[in-house]
Amino acid sequence: MGAPDLTPVERIKAASRNLRGTIVESLADPVTGGLREDDQHLLKFHGSYQQDDRDVREERRLAKLEPAYSFMIRTRLPGGVCTPAQWLALDGLAGRYGNETLRLTTRQAFQLHGIIKTDLKRTIAAMNAALVDSIAACGDVNRNVLASPNPYASAVHDEVHGWAVKLSAHLMPRTRAYHEIWLDGEKVAGGEEAEPIYGSTYLPRKFKAAIVVPPQNDVDVLAHDLGFVAIVEGGRLAGFNLTVGGGLGATHGDAATYPRLADLIGFLEPEQLLGVAEAVVTIQRDHGDRTERKHARLKYTIADRGVQWFRAELERRIGFPLEAARPFEFTGSGDRFGWVEGVDGRWHLTLRIEAGRVADRGDRKLRSGLARIAAIHLGEFRLTPNQNLIIAGVPADQRWRIDALVAGYGLDQYRAAPPLARDALACVALPTCPLAMAEAERYLPAASTAIHDLMQKHGVGDEPLLFRISGCPNGCSRPYLAEIALVGKAPGRYNLHLGGARDGTRLNRLYRENVDEPGILAALDPLIGTWAREREPGEAFGDFLHRTGRLAAPAARGAA
Amino acid sequence: MPTAVAIAQLAEYPLDPQRFELLGRLVDGLDASALQWLSGYAAGLAAAQGSAARLAPLAAALAPESATTPFATIVYGSHTGNGRRVAESLATQLSSLGIHARLLRAGEYPLRELVQERRLFVVMSTHGDGDPPDDARAFCDFLFGRRAPKLPSLEYAVLALGDTSYPRYCEIGRRIDERLAGLGATRLYSRMDCDVDYESPAAAWSARAVELLQQVRPATTAERIPVLRPVAAPPAWSREKPFAAELLANQRITVGEGVRDVRHVELSLAGSRLHYEPGDAIGVISENPPETVNAVLVAARLDGTESIERGGERRELADWLAGTLEITRITRPLMAAVAERSASQELAALLQPGREEALRELMRHSQLPDLLERYPADWDAVSLVAALRPMAPRLYSVASSMKEVGEEVHLTVARLDSGGDGSPRPGAASQFLATRADGTAVPVYVEPNPRFRLPADPSRDVIMIGPGTGVAPFRGFIQERAAVGARGRNWLVFGARRFARDFLYQIEWQRALKQGALTRLDLAFSRDGGRRLHVQQRLLEAGRELYDWIENDATIYVCGDATGMAPDVHAALAKIIEQHGGVSAETSRERLDRLGADGRYLRDVY
Repeated sequence: MGAPDLTPVERIKAASRNLRGTIVESLADPVTGGLREDDQHLLKFHGSYQQDDRDVREERRLAKLEPAYSFMIRTRLPGGVCTPAQWLALDGLAGRYGNETLRLTTRQAFQLHGIIKTDLKRTIAAMNAALVDSIAACGDVNRNVLASPNPYASAVHDEVHGWAVKLSAHLMPRTRAYHEIWLDGEKVAGGEEAEPIYGSTYLPRKFKAAIVVPPQNDVDVLAHDLGFVAIVEGGRLAGFNLTVGGGLGATHGDAATYPRLADLIGFLEPEQLLGVAEAVVTIQRDHGDRTERKHARLKYTIADRGVQWFRAELERRIGFPLEAARPFEFTGSGDRFGWVEGVDGRWHLTLRIEAGRVADRGDRKLRSGLARIAAIHLGEFRLTPNQNLIIAGVPADQRWRIDALVAGYGLDQYRAAPPLARDALACVALPTCPLAMAEAERYLPAASTAIHDLMQKHGVGDEPLLFRISGCPNGCSRPYLAEIALVGKAPGRYNLHLGGARDGTRLNRLYRENVDEPGILAALDPLIGTWAREREPGEAFGDFLHRTGRLAAPAARGAA
Repeated sequence: MPTAVAIAQLAEYPLDPQRFELLGRLVDGLDASALQWLSGYAAGLAAAQGSAARLAPLAAALAPESATTPFATIVYGSHTGNGRRVAESLATQLSSLGIHARLLRAGEYPLRELVQERRLFVVMSTHGDGDPPDDARAFCDFLFGRRAPKLPSLEYAVLALGDTSYPRYCEIGRRIDERLAGLGATRLYSRMDCDVDYESPAAAWSARAVELLQQVRPATTAERIPVLRPVAAPPAWSREKPFAAELLANQRITVGEGVRDVRHVELSLAGSRLHYEPGDAIGVISENPPETVNAVLVAARLDGTESIERGGERRELADWLAGTLEITRITRPLMAAVAERSASQELAALLQPGREEALRELMRHSQLPDLLERYPADWDAVSLVAALRPMAPRLYSVASSMKEVGEEVHLTVARLDSGGDGSPRPGAASQFLATRADGTAVPVYVEPNPRFRLPADPSRDVIMIGPGTGVAPFRGFIQERAAVGARGRNWLVFGARRFARDFLYQIEWQRALKQGALTRLDLAFSRDGGRRLHVQQRLLEAGRELYDWIENDATIYVCGDATGMAPDVHAALAKIIEQHGGVSAETSRERLDRLGADGRYLRDVY
């Protein structure tokens, strides 16, 4: 047998003239609200996914109408920082062209949903006018770079955020396709500008990078292909520990796919960050599996070849050996809500945004309220990796103005919500995500309430407990790190995973397969009861399940 | 209609293959009157068989007719098929009496021969705002124009068909009647004007023609031609005797608010031997919506159990209203009856000359119960039944080709109570169809529409302009063209309100484009924000290419709304020819008329 065939997406990338394809022609075709199939793959590199409203798919099929296609646009927003003006611009676009909501993602980006094809170009152009782009927000490239939005140590935050911006810029594709297609930029002759880091077929699969500032592991750094753990010594940034090979995506019923925590490789100085990152990317570019997309992430390259191989290859490419990793400690992965004062005397308010959905619903007019805040806010907004929002850099004498709007628009949900509901995550799932197998965002409130009721029954309703829902096994809401996770299998049915750690350093385990809500609650009830009665002081639910041996060991897998 | 093909599609025929092949060659290319004659001749042969009578040699039968002016000519202009039916029936009756009259569509009438014509029987319908059927435009233009010859030796009679719900009721028939007299012709008997229930007056008019012609026919004819039986076996199913077609599917094909409820309806013709061509229509004999029947009874303060006789039949009032009489459309005579009975000054005033617009507006937006509520009167069941006309079948363009769907027919039906078109109550047939469950029976018949056919030559290009449900026949056209492997190009121009909601048959057009069955599809959506786009704008935008297609002998088809869309499209086409052909506006209009006369610009508008 010869070498296995490359995946079709590899062929599409190679023929795309650096991500141009026939997107322009697809956009101009008046007969369909969608793009040609090849262009749908290429569009992701431009930060947009073609989706359709799955709630009406069958009705439309019977009506001899194509699916209700629309587009999701995801911004590139390193470290999740944006200005009030940018917020207002995006909010306006959501109202004019989108579904009148903004979605804050677990990758600290905005998503606009429900943009129809004929509005796509003008939406992206308007975003660009507000200095927000969506380049490489999706696709087989480095995605939006995460950074801890840490509101305490503002000096280090600024520096880390600066590195996130630089890393994002360094790993951006160099193609001018985005400017040509969306911004009427000048055409590059031949459309064959060089991609020095990626080459003409980019990476085998998506690539995720994050920078974390301990002790709060809010970015879940071990879930990323490439991670940097900021080492702060004497109040200044000494450098970063490097982690590689994390990733959460899996496929139901395919044992060759699995979530994996990153390996800790060593320590580097700040100025070495870009070079090391580039080397990690090029290793994956050259050695990643381009014959099977389910096996194409860096985690499989490392699992297949071994960490030793990877370290040697990396040091060969950077030309120097890495120092040993320096000690650090994580204490949790959630956000801390409410006001805190930064070292510079400015104040930061972290708000709970359930499932990251900024919308006006009933009495809770989050979207209107945040637009009002954006209109008077003088600092910045920081999107957290937990789908929440920090109103950052507020002078002490301006806090009351923010507080009045927060109360007036129902933005103070964090005060009343129990810890379980306050810290929970959910991906978008139905109706727009094409991958979803079950509800996630729309099920989150009911699911949180049901589990919290169980906790109340056992007298532990006020304890924190990390709960996440994902509509499919691909893991956008990072479910495999939660203490309780539901991973969608089919409408109304989930795999129940238990036993993650609150600081994001341990994967959970499959506990029940393909169960409905009564099955989920029946499984959880005795476990929560036992935990409530028998836990050690302060012992987390996931830690308790592990210590008491209530979770079966996962099947051994052949990693080197 | 390609006759040989039609014969081949009959399931059983009594000829051996050689004779069948001969027959095919014989009838190929014959016009309607020749076929009519041939059919009568064959029927005569059949009648002569088994009797002692001998048929005159064929040559003798033909001889006197071929060299001279026709003894009589029946010419018809028909839009819905009613006119054609009357004219054919008259020809059949005459033929069975041995009187040969030539039968011609107005569009095929050789205008130069008019001056030699001896006896002319005109059956002519009126449409829209006093317009002739498209097929009769050239005939009327010639007759009404300055080039019309003096006709001192012509004798004629006119049957005018129309619909009293339009103000210019029977206008074209009336004008022809007056014009022929003005040109010096002699009226054989006075014109008959017919409303939608035209059958019995038309029969009386035809009987008069038969009677007259029998008196004046040449003596020799009767001796030479034996008594002939009616031509052609009558179709098994008809308006009077509809086929109960099983409903196979009734699917809404629009979604959401602000657009009409449009249904894709599939009916089974299995076992009926009914045959249609793309472009034909299906007549649906419907029932009235029960809620409308109830509303009539309530408004008239009648309980529905009154036993009433009409036309020799006795039924309860509610039955008359439910299935036989027109209550969802209002006619002028009905208005007059209501005005008289209610003694309403307002309504009486509306019926005066000069108020046609207001009257039409009222008629368009009202049904019988509305009228009875608004102008209350003391009705008894007998007078109410007497005031109503029989319910007319509703015609729907077929949206399928038998070559694609076999023994089925597909229709595209807009529900008239939806989409804010101003109708307060459901339309009879659309409601009837839209509320039928799968498996129930729908009484139907085929209404041929020979004017609206694909080019006989499949390598010709076609341009199809059909916004809204006007797209229905073009679904059939494209199915047909794909099934026969037509090499000509197919260009469809479609319009609707919203891309996402009422883009009728979207996924089928996408497939046709991909497979090459559709060459080009231009779209205009009027409510998708920004400009209110209509098909005529798209035509103008594509003017250059469109002109090239026309130059390349394409046939243009227009189907849909007669009052708004069709004139706008007509104007756009004229402008395109003017602009891209570099001719004057007048020349451009003449060119369009000529395209119409040549059968290359065909309209099915309503």
